[in-house]
Amino acid sequence: MSIFVDDDTRVVVQGITGGEGKFHAGQMIEYGTNVVAGAVPGKGGQEVDGVPVYDTVDEAVEAEDADASVIFVPPAFAADAVFEALDTDLDLAVAITEGIPTQDMAKVNKRLSETDTRLIGPNCPGIITPGEAKLGILPGNIFSEGNVGLVSRSGTLTYQVVDNLTERGLGQSTAIGIGGDPIIGTSFVDALEAFEADTETDAVVMCGEIGGEDEEQAAKFIGEHMDTPVAGFIAGRTAPPGKRMGHAGAIVSGSGTGTAQSKIDALNDAGVPVGDTPEEVADHVEDFL
Amino acid sequence: MKLHEYQAKSLFADAGIPVPDSRLATSVDEALDAVDEIGYPAAIKAQVHVGGRGKAGGIKIATDREEAEQYAEEILGMDLKGYTVDQVLVESGVDFVDELYVGVTMDRGEGKPVLMVSTEGGVDIEEVAEENPDAIAREHVDPAFGLHPYQARKVVYEAGVDADVALDVASILSTLYDLYEENDASEIEVNPVMITSDRDVVAADAVMNIDEDALFRQPDLAEMAEESYEDDLERKAGEYGFDYVRLSGNVGIIGNGAGLVMTTLDLVDYYGGAPANFLDIGGGAKAERVTQALDMVFSDENVDAVVFNIFGGITRGDEVAKGINEALEQFDEIPKKVVVRLAGTNAEEGMEILNTDLVEVEETLEDAVQRAVANADEVTQ
Repeated sequence: MSIFVDDDTRVVVQGITGGEGKFHAGQMIEYGTNVVAGAVPGKGGQEVDGVPVYDTVDEAVEAEDADASVIFVPPAFAADAVFEALDTDLDLAVAITEGIPTQDMAKVNKRLSETDTRLIGPNCPGIITPGEAKLGILPGNIFSEGNVGLVSRSGTLTYQVVDNLTERGLGQSTAIGIGGDPIIGTSFVDALEAFEADTETDAVVMCGEIGGEDEEQAAKFIGEHMDTPVAGFIAGRTAPPGKRMGHAGAIVSGSGTGTAQSKIDALNDAGVPVGDTPEEVADHVEDFL
Repeated sequence: MKLHEYQAKSLFADAGIPVPDSRLATSVDEALDAVDEIGYPAAIKAQVHVGGRGKAGGIKIATDREEAEQYAEEILGMDLKGYTVDQVLVESGVDFVDELYVGVTMDRGEGKPVLMVSTEGGVDIEEVAEENPDAIAREHVDPAFGLHPYQARKVVYEAGVDADVALDVASILSTLYDLYEENDASEIEVNPVMITSDRDVVAADAVMNIDEDALFRQPDLAEMAEESYEDDLERKAGEYGFDYVRLSGNVGIIGNGAGLVMTTLDLVDYYGGAPANFLDIGGGAKAERVTQALDMVFSDENVDAVVFNIFGGITRGDEVAKGINEALEQFDEIPKKVVVRLAGTNAEEGMEILNTDLVEVEETLEDAVQRAVANADEVTQ
């Protein structure tokens, strides 16, 4: 088992004719993902790498029976693309786009609360169930099949930690990048809840970072609802207040909320060991298994 | 992106929010001309992006020309928490009897904008939030509908604002919400809103931050951002389009991806060093970006040693290596030692290309950071 995606997932790629969309659709197909359609306004009837392109997501879903979408659409049009995915009642939409204005995401978030679709991202690397499917831009070759679930706000930090795990023979059930923006579709708690219910996930790694209170809420959830052991990592210990550290969501407020220390304390209080280095995170996972 | 007080106030004034009469001055003479026009008392306020300007000596009230000259001399050119003051706002003093706090911001947890009003204005609102959270009234706004006018009234009454000025304050709050939406602000704060002895309501301060991700559709604000850089390196980073934050240490850091770069900073600190900067070259960077990044870090005189850490997903190790070679081969002598660690996509190809006469190479993140910290220590000893 795995969470959210597997080898039955049928994927439509929104923005498949753009540079990023085309490249990563190819990579996803190469990994073995069922990429069944593309959706790009004005490009209906074309093909990209043998994948039929439709003008709307609705047509793509109708014709190819897709149940998930991956969105590679530039920031100015991305919120519209997410709305299109949500309004088509897909099971899953993964928004890779970085730089969607926060007020657009607030509107998306409102719509999201009225649908049954799961949104992952935006500003995320996507999701991978090793050996089965990859939706996004994660480099497939560093992952290996196994029983460690991973959820992270950052892409490259995920790769670093996965690399440390894979090197020790600790494979992954599913790895999700939930994204570095202030407003995102899938939270740590959503992912942790799914990992807890997954019989093939025996340990979880959670990589958080400064800003917001998602990690604190995750710590509370772990303490109250999880039997599966969780190891943590928090990036941004040295970040000064008031400065945006790359990710739009990675900012310690002037009043000192959203600090790395408050997140580390919350996780420790919930019995979650937090590594000082990525290697130490892998040490903790090794201890669990 | 933070706007200066004078920039935010010009937006306020254009939208019809009452603000004190003011002039921007960049020299003592200009400041004196401004007070001559405005009269006394006049506030002389440093225009820099630091909180607590007043406490730090960046705001003074002049009651006559002599004081105005003295304060303008003191404040212009002063160092406020690391920023040099090169402009002041000269503003007509307000005879006030009461101070309020009014703000609009995004509640991340709820995913909705929230209005905030408190009668405990004029003091640090974060302290109020901590010690007496009930003193701040809040009202969430449904982003799909926008603000209903009743919500502005409701939150103002709930905060306990005096009845005779409540509707005026609600009207300011409504206008602030419009500004928040129209300008893609992430935060607008007026602390204090002053109530004068004539029962007029005036926005005496203005904090306005803009969502950087929305600047593509806010061309006027993007121009203001240009005026807002206070540091040559930040300006350079803006031109190159890098995510860059300057810090106070001496180990320069370049990497890809926010989380991994933050982690590299943290590890520098963990291994006893001090990070000089956060610099994310982003995903899929080509050789040219890499040379620009090295140029940025080399031109920071605080930097004694550099660590370059790449875990390639869409970024390719061979492109990075090419960029590092190109950047370093132009020097007769490498100005600062550079430790490189390449992993992920095309890392092996990158390692083959990399000119190891010019850089030091480590295989793991931990080793690379420790070596860069040691290199920096060598320079400072």
